[in-house]
Amino acid sequence: MAIVRDIMPAFELFQPATTDDAVGLLAKYGRDAWVMGGGLDTFDWLKDRIKRPSVVVDLSQVNDLTGIRPMGGGLEIGALTTLTEIVRNPVVKEKFGLLHQAAELVASPQIRNQGTIGGNVSQDARCWYYRGGWKCYRAGGNICFADTPSAINREHAILDADRCVAVNPSDTAPALIALEAQMVIRNRKGERVVEAEDYFIGPATDITRMTILKPGDLLTAIRIPDKWAGATFYFEKVRDRQVWDFPLVNVASAAVYSGGNIERIRIAVNGVAAHPVRLKAVEDAVRGKPRNAATADMAGQLAIQGAEPLRYNGYKVPLLRNLVKRSIRGVEEATWAS
Amino acid sequence: MGIVEWATSPWGEDVPIHISFFLLWVSAIAGLLFLIGHAIWVKAFAKPEKFAASGPPYRDVHIPAKVPRHSLAARLFHWVMAAAMLALLITAFLPKVGVQFPWVTYHWIAGIVLTASILFHIIHASFYMDFWSIWPDKIDIEDAGRRWRRATGKDSPAPRRFAKYPLENKMYHGVIVLAGLSVMLTGIFMMFRVRTVLFPRNPYLFGDMTWGLMYVLHGLAGVGLIALIMVHIYFAVRPEKLVITKSMIFGTLDREHYLEHHDPSRWAADGSSGRAKAAS
Ligand SMILES: Cc1cc2nc3c(=O)[nH]c(=O)nc-3n(C[C@H](O)[C@H](O)[C@H](O)COP(=O)(O)OP(=O)(O)OC[C@H]3O[C@@H](n4cnc5c(N)ncnc54)[C@H](O)[C@@H]3O)c2cc1C
Ligand code: HEM
Repeated sequence: MAIVRDIMPAFELFQPATTDDAVGLLAKYGRDAWVMGGGLDTFDWLKDRIKRPSVVVDLSQVNDLTGIRPMGGGLEIGALTTLTEIVRNPVVKEKFGLLHQAAELVASPQIRNQGTIGGNVSQDARCWYYRGGWKCYRAGGNICFADTPSAINREHAILDADRCVAVNPSDTAPALIALEAQMVIRNRKGERVVEAEDYFIGPATDITRMTILKPGDLLTAIRIPDKWAGATFYFEKVRDRQVWDFPLVNVASAAVYSGGNIERIRIAVNGVAAHPVRLKAVEDAVRGKPRNAATADMAGQLAIQGAEPLRYNGYKVPLLRNLVKRSIRGVEEATWAS
Repeated sequence: MGIVEWATSPWGEDVPIHISFFLLWVSAIAGLLFLIGHAIWVKAFAKPEKFAASGPPYRDVHIPAKVPRHSLAARLFHWVMAAAMLALLITAFLPKVGVQFPWVTYHWIAGIVLTASILFHIIHASFYMDFWSIWPDKIDIEDAGRRWRRATGKDSPAPRRFAKYPLENKMYHGVIVLAGLSVMLTGIFMMFRVRTVLFPRNPYLFGDMTWGLMYVLHGLAGVGLIALIMVHIYFAVRPEKLVITKSMIFGTLDREHYLEHHDPSRWAADGSSGRAKAAS
């Protein structure tokens, strides 16, 4: 398929100065409008001429969407805050080191300078059949090109696939789920706050979207409560190259230990399904158990229950298992034998 | 805006992929307009039905107070199929109008129930019921002509009483057979496109064009069923048809209704067909 790169199709560009104006524009143009944060995902789609919105609402001038503010004992992070700002923020680093680590491992410094947290959690799947413009399920068609016997699907899903086998590639998303973050969404009708876990949706529910955002919706902020402030955090990302690369699988956990036992814990992984997966069954199984190799082993085994690898991504099963093990016991405890 | 959506296949071929789903509104609105039109017509214009005499009155002496119409097996089939059909419509179209839930698994499970009930019905109707009672016969066609001429003010003898089913029921059944078999056959093949526990996925079972046409047929028959089911439910709850609806629950028709609308020589009160009687 011939793709014209680097020459974007014409669209009307709006650069509102306030959140109210941005919401008003999104309400006015509905599904014809495209929200743009840092533009890193956006420009790929536009330059490849695969998505052709007639209106682009560039948020870069909306100052009230940026910045990190204290809220309760936690924080509120404006959706337009860049990943670099998050990495550099001392409170994030001190109290919510999990998000600090996750954001620091995103792509490259240049991308973190430009990429926003709102864009990072709302970014689209990186499946190349979909990105290549093929009319697959996710693009509104009736087939998944990545789930055919000869498809190249090394980066694809091992969990929760439903017709589409693309994965969610965000590094910050599982960290936010582990921290029990909340997403603040505004549209013409008002504001609603949803748990980070419920912000993401899988193909069974809606095969063409990665998040619950609908036309007219704007993610304005992400709130991190103080529930896990200062807890023990673990973030690990495995990727092909150590810079500039999306996760093959990542894991984020927040835990509170007492007397060598796991008092409470939240674990989420990404890169294994079309949405970041909170490992609720694992959390329930390890709560109250000693933080030892046996518990970590059990957690790893539980995490891969129901995994269905495709032709080329079988490696993700032991990878997921070992990352979950490590998230409980730390790097030194992991064995890489499958 | 076309009624079919197209895409380019990896071989550069233009292939259909779906119907355009605005058609579901077209079908729902068409169904609604029919209901409104029919209700107005019945209220304002329809004349009371008049039938030609159906034979000497002594024939009626043996008619029981409750005339058997649907066997238990036939009623069970009807209600299982109705539940499956509603589940299929809900799972297929609610997500298309914005009510999102993981629909595909529920959809194909309901599809299997529908398929099983249809297969049962085909065998049951072919070997244990009067197969021909639901298909229009010569008298139905003649009587339809008579009704039409009388409705348009022309001179014509009164139509005869019905056999087991009036012509409208027979025609409705015919359309439902077409739509039902279309969704069923295409749906079974479409299950090879998704992951089910029943058989391994095989998206290469057909070429892109065949698959596309299959999705289009599934969609067209599916949206058609919206209007068809609306019309069916409307008739089921119309006051003058409630007696027929009740027969689908209790299995029998009252003697009076039977004598008023049905011709014992075309549908005998013991459940056998008039044809069978005449032949024996
Ligand atoms: C080469 C490369 C490598 C990368 N590697 C990684 C990686 O390792 N890990 C990782 O996590 N990410 C990675 N990314 C993704 C990158 O971090 C994201 O593209 C970036 O975070 C998106 O942010 P953005 O602000 O540029 O989003 P945009 O492109 O502006 O937006 C992305 C999507 O989010 C929507 N959106 C943005 N802001 C809002 C809002 N406020 N409300 C509603 N919708 C909104 C847009 O409509 C669009 O659909 C990589 C990207 C590139 C190009
Ligand atoms: C009232 C009957 C039915 C209606 C209204 C209906 C409607 C639909 C619609 C609108 C779709 C979406 C098609 C598309 O994306 O183009 C669909 C998909 C599907 N249907 Fe049905 N259907 C019915 C019966 C059945 C039956 C009987 C089966 C199986 C035996 C079935 C199996 C499927 C499957 C597997 C899909 C998913 C295909 C995919 O997403 O690739 N359906 N149906």
